[in-house]
Amino acid sequence: MAPETTGANRPMVSVRGLNKWFGPLHVLKDIDLTVAAGEVVVVVGPSGSGKSTLCRCLNRLETVGQGSIEIDGEPLPAEGRALARLRADVGMVFQSFNLFGHKTVLDNITLGPTRVRRIARPEARQQAMALLERVGIADKADHHPAQLSGGQQQRAAIARALAMQPKVLLFDEPTSALDPEMVNEVLDVMVSLAAEGMTMIVVTHEMGFARRAADRVVFMDDGRIVESGAPDDFFAAPRTERARDFLSKILQH
Amino acid sequence: MEALTSHLSELGHGLVTTVELTVVTTVGAMLLGIVVATLRIAPVPLLRAIGTAYVEVFQNLPLLALLVLFVFALPTIGITFPLFTSAAIVIAVYEGAYLAEAIRAGINTVGVGQAEAARAIGLTFGQSLRHVILPQGLRAVIQPIGNICIALLMNTSLAAAVGVVELTQAANTVNLVEAQPIAVFTGAGLAYMLLALIIGQVTGLLERRLAIVR
Repeated sequence: MAPETTGANRPMVSVRGLNKWFGPLHVLKDIDLTVAAGEVVVVVGPSGSGKSTLCRCLNRLETVGQGSIEIDGEPLPAEGRALARLRADVGMVFQSFNLFGHKTVLDNITLGPTRVRRIARPEARQQAMALLERVGIADKADHHPAQLSGGQQQRAAIARALAMQPKVLLFDEPTSALDPEMVNEVLDVMVSLAAEGMTMIVVTHEMGFARRAADRVVFMDDGRIVESGAPDDFFAAPRTERARDFLSKILQH
Repeated sequence: MEALTSHLSELGHGLVTTVELTVVTTVGAMLLGIVVATLRIAPVPLLRAIGTAYVEVFQNLPLLALLVLFVFALPTIGITFPLFTSAAIVIAVYEGAYLAEAIRAGINTVGVGQAEAARAIGLTFGQSLRHVILPQGLRAVIQPIGNICIALLMNTSLAAAVGVVELTQAANTVNLVEAQPIAVFTGAGLAYMLLALIIGQVTGLLERRLAIVR
């Protein structure tokens, strides 16, 4: 699959020839992917297809076997402070939220801005409150994560990622651990982020979100990007047998 | 009873020395424990090896042997400290190994997702430890840390063997004069018990105060 960019936008994320092994297991095979600034890419595929691993490679929570990853034109540093600085620019939202259990929601959000960005505490708190307002849980600022519902926790986690003013946001199955009635409150926040022009890479099984918010759907299977295209085209007329098979299994109900 | 009351000053000094030794050593052992536990989970293999070697050496030697070695062997190569300092260093180093293992157990209770989230917002390894991992890991092992502190208190009595006049040594001296071992050592024992109870109470208080809302 040839890498593609939409419009004249500069590439924000650029992956070239990415290969990754877990021991003998070849989990990512020759991945090429370019995501333009402001683009929303949804990555779908059966479990074990490598989509989460790809997502985690992009901020180097997983090491890269072979190939290169560039974020906003900068190659991903291997480790140390340079990597920490880059991660500050790449937000990540996890399946299991991973809010810091010993801190209030507000302190979860201000930790990065105060410690990494060196923003003064009052200012960081103000920004955090504005973000909590935006994701609709300002009244939970002084609660601890365990006192929140799953949907509220995930919205707090999105606010925590946004507080770093990232260049790109990665979502690793952000709604998979949620009760069904809480999925939409999280997706609504994500849709509004997409509408505001945030560059997003979203690994998800929510095909509704892909239809509503994605500029492009990337379909992965067995460690490869098998197909990539506009959501309308992908869902209406998938070009590959694997994608047709996958869609027939998940869209029946 | 008179054996105790007529020597309150000596016994009191001994008690104060025991408390001082316990406090100084606990602080030192905690700092060492945190450093060594951190070494044991460090991403660099050499640092992990150093941490492991530290624990294996100091957990697997008797404290008394370490004390005697430090106090009587080091002067032969020209290194001398005051007795109290020597005892404090050795006990802190020894108990630090135990605390390191308790703290490491605490760190292991913190989910890997917490460290990933900390890294994902750009915290360095040190910042993740300080702001995310240790605050949660230490909370999980307040009780075992308290137990080690009580063991540490009891172990300070070994400092008597190298000439520090702490409570046990003071009681011993008084007994040599009064020849009333039951009264003297029961008194000293009750003092140790009181100190241990205080440590236990503080431990319980900290555990309740710092509990993570779940």
